[in-house]
Amino acid sequence: MTESQTHTPLPDLTIHQALAGLERGDLTAVELTQAVLARIQAVEDQIQAYLRVTAEQALAQAEEADRRRQQGERAPLLGIPLAIKDVLVTEGVETTCGSKILQGFIPPYTATAVARLEEAGAILLGKTNTDEFAMGSSTENSAYQTTRNPWDLERVPGGSSGGSAAAVAAGEALGALGTDTGGSVRQPAALCGVVGLKPSYGRVSRYGLVAYGSSLDQIGPITQDVRDAALLLNVIAGHDPLDGTSLPEPVPDYTAALTGEVKGLRIGLPEEYFVAGIQPEVEAAVRAAVAHLESLGAEVLPISLPNTDKALPVYYLIAPAEASANLARYDGIRFGYSAGAENLFDNYRLTRGQGFGPEVKRRIMLGTYALSAGYYDAYYLKAQQVRTLIREDFQRAFQQVDVIAAPTSPTTAFRIGEKIDDPLAMILTDIFTTSANLAGICAISVPCGFDSQGLPIGLQLLGPALGEEAILRVAHAYEQSTDWHKRRAQLPTSAS
Amino acid sequence: MKLTVDEVKHVAELAKLALTEEEIQQFTEQLSAILDYAEQVQAVDTSAVPPTPYVLPLVNVLDEDRPRPSLPTDVALANAPDREDGYFRVRAVFEE
Repeated sequence: MTESQTHTPLPDLTIHQALAGLERGDLTAVELTQAVLARIQAVEDQIQAYLRVTAEQALAQAEEADRRRQQGERAPLLGIPLAIKDVLVTEGVETTCGSKILQGFIPPYTATAVARLEEAGAILLGKTNTDEFAMGSSTENSAYQTTRNPWDLERVPGGSSGGSAAAVAAGEALGALGTDTGGSVRQPAALCGVVGLKPSYGRVSRYGLVAYGSSLDQIGPITQDVRDAALLLNVIAGHDPLDGTSLPEPVPDYTAALTGEVKGLRIGLPEEYFVAGIQPEVEAAVRAAVAHLESLGAEVLPISLPNTDKALPVYYLIAPAEASANLARYDGIRFGYSAGAENLFDNYRLTRGQGFGPEVKRRIMLGTYALSAGYYDAYYLKAQQVRTLIREDFQRAFQQVDVIAAPTSPTTAFRIGEKIDDPLAMILTDIFTTSANLAGICAISVPCGFDSQGLPIGLQLLGPALGEEAILRVAHAYEQSTDWHKRRAQLPTSAS
Repeated sequence: MKLTVDEVKHVAELAKLALTEEEIQQFTEQLSAILDYAEQVQAVDTSAVPPTPYVLPLVNVLDEDRPRPSLPTDVALANAPDREDGYFRVRAVFEE
C-alpha cells in the first residue's frame, strides 16, 4: 500500500491516483467499483445525486476492465468508475433529462462522449440528477428529486449538473460528465468545491446530448482536481462525423500542459466581473487567488469586457429561443409521454402541458415569444447582434492576455427553496458564466477558498476558443500551490 | 414590458402548451419581469453589427454520401407511445 491509499478511502481517490494504483496492482477495478457503490449506498439517501445507479452493469464492466488489464491491455481510463449526467443518452439505460416527459425512455444509442469514455475503459455507475432538460442553476427543477450539497445538506449543489458535481464531491464517482449551456458545469463545480471544465464550443461532440441551446451546449468533465479534468478531456475531445458542429482540429495531450509553470503568462482581470451583489467573501477569495498567481510569476493586467452586463439578458433570449425549437420534438408521438387525447392538436398541447415542468414551460414560452412575428427583430435578432459584441470583447482581450480570471458564481451555495419561486433571482446566479457560452470560448472553475460558513468558492479561468491548455495550466499551477482541493466535505454518514 | 393574459394565451397556443389558468396568471407576471430584464439589450447600438447565430468558422459541413447501417424499425419504434404495423400511429390530422 502506498502513502495515498493508506490514508485515502478508495472512493476519494482522484482518477490519476486510482490509475496509478491499478497499474501497480495495489487495487482492482472491481475493488474500486465496489467501494464506490458502497459509498453510494451509504450516502445517497441524503445526497440524492443519482437518478439511477447501474450497479450490475458497473460491476460487469469492472470485471472486464480487470481482465483487460491482466492481459496487458492499457487504455486511458481502464477501470475508472464515472457518473453521467442524465441528459446524455445511454443505450439500454433509461434517460429522462430530469423530466416526466421522458420517463421510461430507453435510448437506442449512446452519446459519442459517453461511448468514448467506455472505449477508454471507464466504468459507468449511473445517471445523475439534473434540472429538467438542464434548465436551471440549482437542480431543484428536476421532476424527480432534490440533490443536496455535500458541504451542507440544506443547500443546493448548484445546477444544472448538480447531480454530477455532488456525486464527485461526495466520492460517489471518481469523476463525472456534465453539460454547460450557461454555466451548468462550472457553477455546480464551484458550489460543490470541485473542478468543472466547459470546453470551447465544437471541442466535444454533442451527438447524443439531448439538445437545450444548440449554439451554446457543451459537454465537460467534473472532477476532484485539474489533472483529472485533463485526463477526461483527452478522451472526450475531438471531431465526430456524427456532429457537424464538432471541430476537425487535432486533440493535444492536455496533461502535457500541466507544467506547474505560469511565469510570464498574462492574466487579465476584468473589473466588470466585480459588481455590486457579489458576496464579499467570494470577491476577496478570487482577488487573493489572482494575487497568488501573480506571486507565482504570472503577470496580472486590468482588462475591460464592456458588454459583460449584457451577457445574461442576451443569454435569456437566445437560449430559450433555441430551446423552444429543440423541445418541439416532444410531441407524444415518437417517444416519451403521451396524454392520449383524441384530437391530434389537443394531444400535442396536453402531452406538453402535462409532461413539462414549470421552468421548461417558462423557457419555451419565452423563446416562442422572442421568435414570434413582430418580436423577432426586437429580441432574437437584437440578442444575436449583442452576442457579436460580447464575442468581440473577448477577442480584443485575448490579444492582450492569455487567460482571464473571474469569479465563477456571485455567491456560495444558497439554501434549497431560497430562489425557486423567483425565476429572475435564479437566473442572476449565472451572471458570470453565460458569456463564455455566447462567445464559444473555454472556461474552468477551480476551488479557491471557503466562506465563513465553510462553503466552497470557485475561481473561473477563461481562455480563447481552443485555449484549453492555457486554462488547464493556470488552474493546475494554482491548485498545486494551494490546499483547497484537498479538503473534502464531511459526509452525512461516516462512510468508508 | 407588460405582457397581457391574451398574449400569454396566444404564445401558449403557438408553443402547443396547454396551461392552467393559474399557470397563465403566473407566467404573465414572471415573463413580464424576465422581458423587462432582457429589455437592457435594446439600449445597445447595433446598427452596424452583424448577428452571431453560432460561433464556429465552419460553413457547409459536407460528408461523403454513403449508406450506413441505421436503426431497425422495431428499435426505432420501441419508445413510441402508439404504433401499428411498423409505423408510428398518429391521430387524424384533418377532421371530417
